[in-house]
Amino acid sequence: MTNTLLECRNVSLSFGNVRALADVSLSLRQGEITALVGDNGAGKSTLVRCVSGIHRPDNGHIIFDGEETDFHSPDEARKAGIETVHQNLALVEDLTVWQNLFLNRELVRGFGPIAFLDRRAMQARAREMVSTLAVNVPAVKSRVRRLSGGQRQAVAICRAAGFSSRLVIMDEPTAALGVQETARVEELILRLRDEGHTVLLISHNFAQVMKLSDHVWVMRAGRCVGGRRTSETSGEEIVSLVTGAVSQ
Amino acid sequence: MANTAIAAPEHGAWTARLKDVGFWAEWAALVGLIVLVIVFQALNPTFLSAGNIASMLVAAAILIILSVGQTFVIATAGIDLSIASTMTLGAVAFGQVYSMGMGLALSCLAAIVASGLVGVLNGVIVARGKITDFIVTLGTLSAASGLALILSDGKPVTIIDATLLGLSTGGLGIFGWSFVIAAVVAVLAHVLLFHTRFGTHLLATGGAAESATAMGISTQRVKIAVYTISGVLAGLGAILLVARIGAAEPAANTAFLLNSVAAVVLGGVSLFGGRGSIIGPVIGALLLIALVNGLTLLGVSQFYQPLAVGIVVVLAALLTRFQR
Ligand SMILES: Nc1ncnc2c1ncn2[C@@H]1O[C@H](COP(=O)(O)OP(=O)(O)OP(=O)(O)O)[C@@H](O)[C@H]1O
Ligand SMILES: [Mg+2]
Repeated sequence: MTNTLLECRNVSLSFGNVRALADVSLSLRQGEITALVGDNGAGKSTLVRCVSGIHRPDNGHIIFDGEETDFHSPDEARKAGIETVHQNLALVEDLTVWQNLFLNRELVRGFGPIAFLDRRAMQARAREMVSTLAVNVPAVKSRVRRLSGGQRQAVAICRAAGFSSRLVIMDEPTAALGVQETARVEELILRLRDEGHTVLLISHNFAQVMKLSDHVWVMRAGRCVGGRRTSETSGEEIVSLVTGAVSQ
Repeated sequence: MANTAIAAPEHGAWTARLKDVGFWAEWAALVGLIVLVIVFQALNPTFLSAGNIASMLVAAAILIILSVGQTFVIATAGIDLSIASTMTLGAVAFGQVYSMGMGLALSCLAAIVASGLVGVLNGVIVARGKITDFIVTLGTLSAASGLALILSDGKPVTIIDATLLGLSTGGLGIFGWSFVIAAVVAVLAHVLLFHTRFGTHLLATGGAAESATAMGISTQRVKIAVYTISGVLAGLGAILLVARIGAAEPAANTAFLLNSVAAVVLGGVSLFGGRGSIIGPVIGALLLIALVNGLTLLGVSQFYQPLAVGIVVVLAALLTRFQR
């Protein structure tokens, strides 16, 4: 039996006149890969940003692991066990790969109240984290500014996957990746599930969604217009939900 | 391993680095300082005499301390225009407490607290009020110097204190105490910036505030902290200033503001935030002091000094465009 890890109930959020989310209700089962699809501007990233503590919904409830959450900052969400690959990747270009991987999760060696960064440990660990994923491994000491788009995406994914979190959210993680890298990320997503993590995958690639996910939610114009078990639906049905040719 | 293949050029041949304009941009201040030293020494052999070096280092102490404070702020993509008037306010607070007969320790504390509070205020308004740093610190620049005039009634307070005198005249060999203090501040600042979580969060805040926030860093807290550091260091500068001139004056000290920003720019710290060093601005401050000192030694009119400083700073700013 699977139980629910994350549930959004009637989540709404407006930016001025733009109603980015309107009464969105959906849920993620523990230990599953759940996909979220929808056209550009449907509100997927906005929902992700609510769950990961960047935005606070105007209305509605977000229940994580059985408890109602009210994250005031992304730090609280990360501490609760939610790691996110944001669509904009949320990397700091002027910092190195290892600094980005450990941003706000730095390893320190403490002497009483004074703690110094354990650079060597972070670099060593960073090498391991990166080597699991990237085909063309970026040197962990190089600045992110010098990385290619795909390498950056790989760094952001490694960061989200590297900390033993309950929920890993990936907002279009393979958008900039080559064929081999995409395959590796897909392997990684499956492995995360096998290790017991719950994954929320946002993707425009329907083949990928059908291949990886256990459940699919569809958003259109700020609303969640339906959900299906992946095994009980087809790519065509999902497409028609996305475009609005079929409702519910 | 792919790692080594990419990392290798970083340890690459020196000749290749010397042809790289980015390398020169990174070390502009050091190169400039060396060139200045060679030129001045050639024109006037007293330039590198022990006495002149000692006096340059003492003269550089306050500027180094202010530049370190300014570096923290600029590394978060802000700027502290109030830094010199905050120092003035600290000096006046020192003078007032001292003239009440409360002793040296409390006077120093007053200077640090008064300046530190201006820093906290700057930080809170910038972070919570979400107002541009430039405008906020322009306001506190005016407010702090006004407050200094009000508190002191526009009059300097003469301070005659053996310990303070020792601070400004004594030292370790050619290193005057005030320079020793500045050097300690610089070392601590370097450790803070590159060996603590706070330092990383500071650079992240300056480099990409949105990304830092998404990773759970409180950029507001970082902002408040850097302005507080800048204020406290201005307070420390105030103590050294009082020691040097033997009086607490409500004078404006505008040159310190301009030179602190200039030293940071010379030191290769990006005004857009996110990258920087402590050693760079320290060398930048030394360069500015050496420039003024050398021109004075050569008998160049004082009127030419701001012009020379201006030219050097603009040249350095042009070079930073080539930074990697
Ligand atoms: N910070 C913001 N301020 C104002 N409007 C915003 C903001 N963020 C998102 N929006 C608006 O909210 C709507 C939903 O945007 P969102 O980024 O969630 O879409 P999306 O489903 O992720 O699209 P895509 O597939 O292109 O990534 C859009 O109309 C967008 O313009
Ligand atoms: Mg999006």
